[in-house]
Amino acid sequence: MEKLEIQNISLGYDHHPVVTNLSFQVIAGEILGLIGPNGCGKSTIIKALSRVISLGSGQIKLDDKVLNNLSRSQLAKIIGVVPQNPSMPDTFTVAEIVLLGRTPYLGLLRQESATDLRITGWAMERTGITNLAGRRMSELSGGERQRVTIARVLAQGTGIILLDEPTANLDINHQTAILDLIRDLCQENKLAVMITLHDLNLAAQYCDRLIMLKDGRLFAQGSPQQVVTAENIRAVYAMESQIYPHPLNALPVVLVSHKTETNNSNNISLSKN
Amino acid sequence: MTISSIDLESKITRRRRFARYSIAALAAALLVVASLVLTIGSVRIPFLQVWAILISHLPLVNSTADWSATTDMVITGIRLPRILLAGMAGAALGVAGATYQGLFRNPLADPYLIGVAQGAALGAVFGFLVPWTFLGGYLIPVLAFLGALVSVSIVYLIAKVGKTLPVTTLILAGVAIGSFLISVMSYITLISADKMPGILSWLMGRFSLANWQQVGLIAPFLLIGLVVIFLFARPLNAMQLDEEQAEQLGINVERTKLILIAASTLVTAAAVCFVGTIGFVGIIVPHAVRLIWGPDHRTLLPLSALTGALLLILADTASRTLIPPTEIPVGIITAFLGAPFFLFLLRRKKKAVF
Repeated sequence: MEKLEIQNISLGYDHHPVVTNLSFQVIAGEILGLIGPNGCGKSTIIKALSRVISLGSGQIKLDDKVLNNLSRSQLAKIIGVVPQNPSMPDTFTVAEIVLLGRTPYLGLLRQESATDLRITGWAMERTGITNLAGRRMSELSGGERQRVTIARVLAQGTGIILLDEPTANLDINHQTAILDLIRDLCQENKLAVMITLHDLNLAAQYCDRLIMLKDGRLFAQGSPQQVVTAENIRAVYAMESQIYPHPLNALPVVLVSHKTETNNSNNISLSKN
Repeated sequence: MTISSIDLESKITRRRRFARYSIAALAAALLVVASLVLTIGSVRIPFLQVWAILISHLPLVNSTADWSATTDMVITGIRLPRILLAGMAGAALGVAGATYQGLFRNPLADPYLIGVAQGAALGAVFGFLVPWTFLGGYLIPVLAFLGALVSVSIVYLIAKVGKTLPVTTLILAGVAIGSFLISVMSYITLISADKMPGILSWLMGRFSLANWQQVGLIAPFLLIGLVVIFLFARPLNAMQLDEEQAEQLGINVERTKLILIAASTLVTAAAVCFVGTIGFVGIIVPHAVRLIWGPDHRTLLPLSALTGALLLILADTASRTLIPPTEIPVGIITAFLGAPFFLFLLRRKKKAVF
């Protein structure tokens, strides 16, 4: 697998457009970051790529193969998803949840083979949750739960992994640990990773390329230095900011100062009395 | 292969072996209990004789009878179909409860809570009243199934919000439709009690009129429903995550839901149509099984069938032997046992049961 190519997709719920005419690529061995304000269509794109909602128009191609008409179970062998705040049954053990990752490979009658168990064991070991195998989900912390979901998707064995806000609700230590893990997995296994993030600094630190969305349209794309700029942040978030190079790696660091003042009556501004 | 994956493999192999042994042990226990309760009744018949009588009825067996024709009749004509019917109803309610709970990811879902059983009961009552003959003996099971299907469809359509089926609206709609159907059924019962003298005892769960014809009529429905449900045990496991994740794991969630609702409605109707409404089995049994064997539907479903059968056979035995010659409706016994168990589950919130 080399790349996932998204060509001119438009998405929406009930004739209400969310994403318009968007094209981009997710390349093996690379983390693509999707950034943009709330409601700009980030989660919708992940749901459409994994066919939870239907694809409006446009094409999705894996190398030269069109994926639009693939069945759910075929697609589940190609694209794995770590959703935002996934719900998991409290009484299932960690091993049982991770084993569910093998679902696309099992028919109604086959039970998991030794290979399935081996892959599951590897996924748990690689995400550092082997010692939690027998624990129930209700006993886990937020960071541990996130690792379980990542292990489940890793066990799914897909070349493409989409993650929707994987660091939401985690402290800085666990945010870094989860993103380090994702980066290592991406490089070791030549995975094509797409990740949505609200935190622009984390996005700049961890993503090889960024795509910035505004109202469901592509606003900017490129390296973190090209995308995370004061001008773009003003245009997309209506925020004034200062950008500094990180002292260790020169990647952009955003310091937000205040809301951009506009004469546009559509923007809500605080009255200054 | 790493050490941990060997460890995982052996753990899972051990777990599977335990589940297999448990299923075998429970099946054996069911057989023993069934033949034990065959001995109990107004006439006591020795255990070994019960087996001798049963074996003499197997094809290709030629044995000389040292028992009376009446004894034979009591065992094979009265007690055996009754026990079989009780076992089948228990298995059906146990599996239907487990399936609804898994489908709706709600520990309270059970054929009675979402109105399915009441729909089946109303269909069956209708079947008792109408003079139709075109379906023969199948009239009542078919009407019970249609009644259950109509009520579950109404509940489903009312509860559905957009493309999803939120559990709160499902339960509220189920309770409302169930109560509505009960009121219709009570009214019909009131105005036609003279036509159906046995209707009241039927409503509270009754096995006293069990016969081979009934066993034969519901067996195919039950068998088809159970096989379909057992086939979908693993997709049901994946659906315990949530519907979005199940879809991302390649499961056609909407189709699976429809198939499982239809199948569990079928087995509920099979259970209700001749024996009446028996509450709490669908809720006690899957919970008890989950407490002991865990939430994997591949073990939960067959073990719920066996445990449900065992429970209803024992409850029915109690119903006919506690205060002879009066029969206590079996629904009274299951509610008497079930309600405290239900409260125990509610109290046990600290350790999540579901």
